[in-house]
Amino acid sequence: MSWAIIQQSLPMFGKGFELTLWLSFVGIIGSIVVGLICSLVQYFRVPVFRQIASVYVEISRNTPLLIQLFFLYYAFPVLGIKFGAQLCGIIGLIFLGGSYMAEGFTGGFNGVSKSQVESGKAIGLSRWQLARYVVFPQGFSLSVPAMAANVIFLIKETSIFTVIAIPELTNTALDLIGMYYRSNEYLFVLVIAYAIILVPLSIILTLLEKRVRYGTFGN
Amino acid sequence: MAHSGISVLFEGTNFMRLLGGLWVTVKIAAVALIFGIILGIILGVLRTFKNRPLRVVLRLYLEFFRVVPTVVLLFLFYYILPRQMNFNLPADQLATLVFVLWVGAEMSDIVRGALISVPRHQIESGKAIGLNRFQLYRYVLIPQSLTLEIPATINLATRVIKTTSILLLISVMDVINIGQQIIEANNHTYPTGVFWVYGLIFLFYFLIDYPLSWWAKRLEKRRLEKANG
Repeated sequence: MSWAIIQQSLPMFGKGFELTLWLSFVGIIGSIVVGLICSLVQYFRVPVFRQIASVYVEISRNTPLLIQLFFLYYAFPVLGIKFGAQLCGIIGLIFLGGSYMAEGFTGGFNGVSKSQVESGKAIGLSRWQLARYVVFPQGFSLSVPAMAANVIFLIKETSIFTVIAIPELTNTALDLIGMYYRSNEYLFVLVIAYAIILVPLSIILTLLEKRVRYGTFGN
Repeated sequence: MAHSGISVLFEGTNFMRLLGGLWVTVKIAAVALIFGIILGIILGVLRTFKNRPLRVVLRLYLEFFRVVPTVVLLFLFYYILPRQMNFNLPADQLATLVFVLWVGAEMSDIVRGALISVPRHQIESGKAIGLNRFQLYRYVLIPQSLTLEIPATINLATRVIKTTSILLLISVMDVINIGQQIIEANNHTYPTGVFWVYGLIFLFYFLIDYPLSWWAKRLEKRRLEKANG
């Protein structure tokens, strides 16, 4: 292990680090939007869209991101649809993440206890009022841990972007190893870089889970 | 179009080769799951013991395998085992090893979570009738935690199967790698072959994972119905 080599590589890792953060950020925001739309469509049982949403969720959840990316990047151009690598990465991540977020929100809405919903109906709330004042406020807070877990999952999934040569963290490390053959140093920096992003998030997730548990059970 | 792209799948032995690749994928996932689940159950039970240093060590193990992306884990073992420890394994066995350790970590958390959510009065009742620790786990905790563990374990299995797609990165001859070879070899005769080959692989993964997810969802639903009446 040589510190000089680590130091030399830091500017390149810095770029990869930024790109990983940026792609994750855009991908996560997009996933939350898509997930929210899907879960609302399912909650309000909007005809046709509900079926489309559930087909999408099943396809997206049951296939690997790597194949989704290959499809976007290599197979779509055959149909005349072409994206750059980074755009493919973002679209792929949103395609994957949207379904995970949708499941998280739906889980939260379903987790609101039956007595709450029935009490709401008993005092004569309309369907919309029930959603607005009873189900959503409680359902969203219940889905926060799932959302946080998905955020961590999606950031880790960006490492797969290396297969379509997006120069994010993993790709940077593999490139450097390929050029200089110093696997120890570069892998060390790579693990540290992911730890810097993910360890704080993982701690926040544990705290959130405790809070929601406290809110539900009081201990 | 002189050739329809889809026939690339049935040219020569292409389809059989893809199935052979799928078999490699499934085999690695299955072996990793069997050994990983056994490892995870042992670690999960150990994590419910009161021994503090043991719990800290196992927690660190879990967090390491959880924080580091699987792609990176794969490369850590791929580069470090042979060079630092002079320990050479063929790529598919190496991948299996990484997956076993990863599944073990994830499984230990599922098992621990299920064990600690068995109601306290069950443990106390068990103790009251004089069960020792082994009997407590054998007759009270493990049977009651199973309904929680099984859906989560099936979901873990679907994740493992999806994650096998990264085996390509360390040149295991899995279904994707063989797909790429077929695409490259037929690029001239079937320019649209790429669409069909990746489409078929997409379908393969879906056909394996979808029934598993469906099963897990059904078990989970039944458990909730039982729990909430």
